[in-house]
Amino acid sequence: MSSNDELSEQELITRRQAVLRVSAILGGMALIGGSALITGCREDEAAKPNTDAPFTGDEIAFLDEVADTILPTTSTPGAKAAKTGAFMAVMVRDSYSARDRKVFRDGIPAIDAATMKAHKVSFMKATPAQRLSVLEALDKDQKSFMEARSDAMEKASEAHMPDPRKESAPGADAGAATAITEDPPSHYFRMMKELSLLGYFTSEIGMTQALRYVETPGRFDPSVDYHKGDKAWAPHA
Amino acid sequence: MQSPEYDAIVVGSGISGGWAAKELTEKGLRVLMLERGRNVEHIKDYVNATKAPWEYAHRGGRTKAMEEMYPVLKRDYPLNEKNLSFWVNEKESPYSEVRRFDWFRGYQVGGKSLMWGRQSYRWSEFDFDANAKDGTAVDWPIRYADIASWYDHVERHAGIAGSHENLPQLPDGQFLPAMPLNTGEQLVAGRVKKLFDGKRHIIPGRVANLSQAHEGRSACQYRDACWLGCPYGAYFSTQSSTLPAAAKTGKLTLKPFSIVTEVLYDRDKKRATGVRVIDAVTDQTTDYKAPVIFLCASTINTTWLLLRSATDVWPGGLGSSSGELGHNLMDHHFRVGAQGSLDGMEDKYYYGRRPTGFYIPRYRNLFGDKREYLRGFGYQGSAGRAGWSRAVAELGVGAAFKDSLTEPGKWGIGATAFGEMLPNHANQVTLDQTKKDKWGLPVVKIDCGTGENERMMRKDMAADMADLLEQCGAKNVNSYDNPYFPGMGIHEMGTARMGRDPKTSVVNKHNQVWDAPNVFVTDGSCMTSAACVNPSLTYMALTARAADFAVNELNRRNL
Repeated sequence: MSSNDELSEQELITRRQAVLRVSAILGGMALIGGSALITGCREDEAAKPNTDAPFTGDEIAFLDEVADTILPTTSTPGAKAAKTGAFMAVMVRDSYSARDRKVFRDGIPAIDAATMKAHKVSFMKATPAQRLSVLEALDKDQKSFMEARSDAMEKASEAHMPDPRKESAPGADAGAATAITEDPPSHYFRMMKELSLLGYFTSEIGMTQALRYVETPGRFDPSVDYHKGDKAWAPHA
Repeated sequence: MQSPEYDAIVVGSGISGGWAAKELTEKGLRVLMLERGRNVEHIKDYVNATKAPWEYAHRGGRTKAMEEMYPVLKRDYPLNEKNLSFWVNEKESPYSEVRRFDWFRGYQVGGKSLMWGRQSYRWSEFDFDANAKDGTAVDWPIRYADIASWYDHVERHAGIAGSHENLPQLPDGQFLPAMPLNTGEQLVAGRVKKLFDGKRHIIPGRVANLSQAHEGRSACQYRDACWLGCPYGAYFSTQSSTLPAAAKTGKLTLKPFSIVTEVLYDRDKKRATGVRVIDAVTDQTTDYKAPVIFLCASTINTTWLLLRSATDVWPGGLGSSSGELGHNLMDHHFRVGAQGSLDGMEDKYYYGRRPTGFYIPRYRNLFGDKREYLRGFGYQGSAGRAGWSRAVAELGVGAAFKDSLTEPGKWGIGATAFGEMLPNHANQVTLDQTKKDKWGLPVVKIDCGTGENERMMRKDMAADMADLLEQCGAKNVNSYDNPYFPGMGIHEMGTARMGRDPKTSVVNKHNQVWDAPNVFVTDGSCMTSAACVNPSLTYMALTARAADFAVNELNRRNL
């Protein structure tokens, strides 16, 4: 058996907590993949063909507005311009389990209902400020949901990171897509937020305008001056 | 039966096979190199190498369909959208596991040399005499002095970027300029030097990427897209390095889609006469003859071939008279280490995507240090500023949230330990006669696990890094020890070990199979122990050394 099988439960808990804390420091890589802890591994899902109805144009338009509320146009274009809604639909269709697809999709009317409740208007007709207040509340919900679930699942789960080699490469977002798609979380707004971030910051607009992308740097300089406001480097592969 | 058209046959075209082909052809032999997979032509077939990251439908991620197609690969990071075509088709080539073993394979011309990690370290005298000193397994039949000049030889051609450190446990080599440590790494390296009495060192990772143009190949462009195949030929692969050298001699014949099913053996002459090949596409069988045969099909695959060969003489296969064929499978155990954040340096950043990081050479059980376990480990890590994915776990939506993510975050630093796994007779591969691959060959059955020594070592592997980071002033330091299963390191070694005695080893000090001296095993199969450093450079050196010996023996008519 693996040496890890002999680790005590207490050690498992300790390192699991370590994983969660580390993720906050080093860019979320660990936590993105760490969502496998929360949803668990569902091997049987893989073989089932996806027979869901395709996302409708209205749903994609809705997801665009959700993404654009999370990541709006500022000095750089927002998530809608980067077609993040369509990207989310592709990822949910191809990479999510049946259960998570349903959780995600049911989130669309749930956001609408929350907006109606708070502002007496549908999400699509709400003002940017109204949308923001709804999503800020949902963001708090998802964070406490995720924390509660991770605490509850701790004893039953193994610590799990998506890419042990990337663990040692802080600052690298390159493995984020693999990590996010490896096992999605199960709060619909967490899903939407993860996919919005991934979709936007790996889009052409995100990489070349929100970030700085140099396809072929040509040299390595281990120390350059950084001035507040300079964009972060985008990764390659 | 065909008449011998070749002086040597090389089975496999990865790191070891490429070196065998280069060395043997450059010494004048007509070489047939057989590769079970498709051809991958340098540059032309690196189909995603210049694709923009946003052009992938899933931005590099994995889909349920991919997971269904690659039930083993999906167990760890290699399953991804960007270089999927470089990983073996698992449906065609299954294997059996008694205990979980993650076998990540690359079946194509170039093998795993196309997507390897490129970290390149010499073994030291401590590694070659370890088995003898602590009484584990059998003694290596060679010492550092036997291989040092061959390290020189392969480094000069391959091109290894590294720094001269004068450390006995990690000998210096024929280096191109190192790829330097960045600001955060330099800070911690300086503190480590002062805090640990000169016993621990943070040095630039030694890597088979060209820090300057070398032997007609371009310098690294710092794209950090190596595992897609490099259009500049700036890292060592069969395609960029050994294959063009072998082809230049005019003496190389490369046949892709050629699955070697057995080594043909003449029991009267006690020599192999050639190999039998199935065409992977047409299923047609052809025999090829040659006086010298190099098996470089990769660890496990080379042994798989031996297990199927000369079974009329030895039911357990060619090399099984020792009782050790298939045994002593090893890997490096890892997925354990620590990370932390570094305050300050907010006015410092870096330019370019360096395809390596830092390395901390082994210090445990050396120079008077004595642990409750045997051997030791090294660390591979890096420092950097956090990217946008730091936001996933944090609260935030809206304009200020977005704009904050367009800037780099705090500095962080982390390192993963790679530990030596002891050879153990119980860790073995055998034939599984109940399961066949696409070509009707019985698959290999792998039974491998780590033991008490590795378990004890992992405590230090986690705790030492956390301690180092804390002493060096890192904040929020956390160690981790994630589940590791043998194979995940993709450093599989052993199963046809070198030794001094035909009764306890499969090959001798020149990598000749004891029972067939014209058959050479020079890939990771021949390893007698695992050390804690990445093994590929040692396969290169052993292969070049064995090729030199083989040609000399051939000329003396000893083969």
